[in-house]
Parts: sequence; C-alpha cells; structure tokens
Amino acid sequence: MSTAAAARERFLKRRSFIELSARARARALLDADTFRELLGPFERLKSPWLPLQGVVTQADDGVVIARGLIAGKPAVIAAIEGRYQGGSIGEVSGSKIAGALELALRDCERGAPVRPVLLLETGGVRLQEANLGLAAITEIHAAIIALRRHVPVVAVVGGIVGCFGGMSLAAALCSTLIVSRHARLGMNGPEVIEQEAGVAELDAGDRALIWSLMGGEQRYATGFADALVEDDIDAISAEVRQAFVQPPAAARTEQVERFVERLARIDMQQPPTPQLLRGLWSRADLP
Amino acid sequence: MERLSFTYPAHESLTRRAHVGVVGSGDLEVLLEPSSDPHAHVSVTTSVDGFAAVWKNVLDRFFSRFHGAALIEINDFGATPGVVMLRLEQAAEALRA
Repeated sequence: MSTAAAARERFLKRRSFIELSARARARALLDADTFRELLGPFERLKSPWLPLQGVVTQADDGVVIARGLIAGKPAVIAAIEGRYQGGSIGEVSGSKIAGALELALRDCERGAPVRPVLLLETGGVRLQEANLGLAAITEIHAAIIALRRHVPVVAVVGGIVGCFGGMSLAAALCSTLIVSRHARLGMNGPEVIEQEAGVAELDAGDRALIWSLMGGEQRYATGFADALVEDDIDAISAEVRQAFVQPPAAARTEQVERFVERLARIDMQQPPTPQLLRGLWSRADLP
Repeated sequence: MERLSFTYPAHESLTRRAHVGVVGSGDLEVLLEPSSDPHAHVSVTTSVDGFAAVWKNVLDRFFSRFHGAALIEINDFGATPGVVMLRLEQAAEALRA
C-alpha cells in the first residue's frame, strides 16, 4: 500500500474525539461497558442563574460525571460539553467537577484509589455566574492539588473550543496534560485579547497565528503539555492509560524555579517568534 | 426566552427514558420520560421568541406517529424545525434501542 493510501486508511479508521459529545467521550475512554453516569440529565441539576438572565439551561449544566474503569481500575471522568455555553463553568457545572474530584480524594485517602480524568473543553468561567463560577473553579484547583499527591490527575484538551481562563490553570495543575493539534490552551482566549488590546495586538481571526501561539503542537513543543495526539479516541485512550502507568516525577506547578528561569530567558524588548520560543523553551529542558 | 406547553392524547405506556441532543447553537436537548397519565406532555423552553405556531406544527406532526405517554422536556437553542423533528425521532428511536 502506498503511503498516501495508508494515511487515508488510517484517517478513515480513526474515531474522532472532536465529533463526540462530552457523554460519548467519557463513555469511549472508559473500559467497554463500564460507563455509569452520576448526576445525569434526569437529575436536572442545572444552573439557577441562567433563566433569570433569559438563557436556556441544559439539564446537566454541560458537565458529565462518569464512573467506570480505566485499564481495569476504578476511575472517574469529568467531561465538559463545549457546545453548551462554550463549555463555560458555572456554579453547578463547576461544583459537579469539584465534587467528583473531592469524592475521588476521599476514596484515595481510605486506600481505594480512583483514577481521575478531566476532559476539558471550556472558555473558562461562565460570565453570567461570575464569582460563583470562579469559586467553583478554585475548588477544582484545590481538589486537583490534593488529589495528585495520591494518584496522577490526567487532563485531555482535545475539543475545538480549547481550554482557557481559570480552567487553563486547572489543566496546568494536572499531573499529565494530553493535547491534540486542534487544541488551544491559554489564560486569555484570542477573542478576549483582541477585544481588550486591539486587533494590532492580536488578530483573533488569524488561525495560523493563534495556533502557532497557543495551539496544542506549540504547547507540547514548549513543554506545557506532556503528550501530543491525533484527534483519535484510540490514541487519546492509550495516552490516558499510559499516564497512570508512568506518571511524571514532579508536577509542572511544583517546578517553580525551573519556570522562573525560563521566563528570564525572554527579552521583553524583543519578544521571540513562536518558532524561536521552541528553541528557548525546549521541552527537552524539562525532566 | 419563551416557555411553551403542549398536551397530546397517548395510548402507549412507556418504561424507559431517553436523553438526546445538546443546548448548542442551532441544536436542542430532548429529555423523554414515562408519563403516569395517558397523555404526552411537552414543555419547551426556547431561546427564540414568537414561534409557538411553528412548534405546534412540528409537534402535531410528530404526535401523529408517536403515541407514547411521555413527559417531554425540550431545551432549545435556536434549532430549525427539521432539527427539532430529527431530535424527537432520535429520542423515540432511543426508547426502542
């Protein structure tokens, strides 16, 4: 078979992560037939704040919490639905994630480890819920830090929304971060930067530029992500399983000196191009 | 945002429930559960105001074929009538699966 034909065959066989709903992603990453949803849509645990502002709610508030097995071991997956309100984190959706992680922590502390996986596709806090969403995000941060002392906390950023705001910090706090080339990871999203600082600062419509700055490939090359995968359930599933077998020696956020030293290499008068940054901040520098 | 309710006579009792769709742009979420009385009760919450007559047309057509005694909750984010019908059919199919 020619290389092109083989590539075509691979592409056709691939099961896209992007094309699946949050619920289907969680189901696909758990061992077959082990998916069990907690606080599913029929519990109708939804945002009390959105209807007051004339916004239609979704019955699960855009977050799917699923228990099941990963490589035969108990696991919990929190999957954000990026198509609902940009995957934004409100009081309820954020509390669902924080609660799932806190329960996993409790299980770990009593000697029954649970493997936590976050499927992050989110613009960050839900602006309509402001501080309540932010408070939930801080609870998620605290739970990740507490939990990663017991078990690797694994995050996947593979959707088209990307992962921004306070939830990009959650991604950075995880023991292992898996990204696809389609992913974007950053504190402020490009639209926000353009809106606040002007199109001269950043043209949010320039896709090549945006991905060269905050795309999955760049984040991997500069050591902000641990694995770069295709948009393929099987590839992501394999990396998730690997992350529990071979966790990193130290979380990124524990390596403060190393990252401060990295920052010192940047000449703010002459900011590096994305390509030069790959040389300055090579992932080879990291353990 | 507008809330609408519809009731249809129904003679098939249901034992299962179904959830399909997402409250995303041009899409909707359908939650379908058994009803305890011989009627189908539909409650629609839609982001687009002023289309009650169109909703009635779509639901009239759906319930000309579907006779389940169901509580149906629809959370709509600007779906076209075609998409609404597809999601309803998908929920009905999920009941049979």
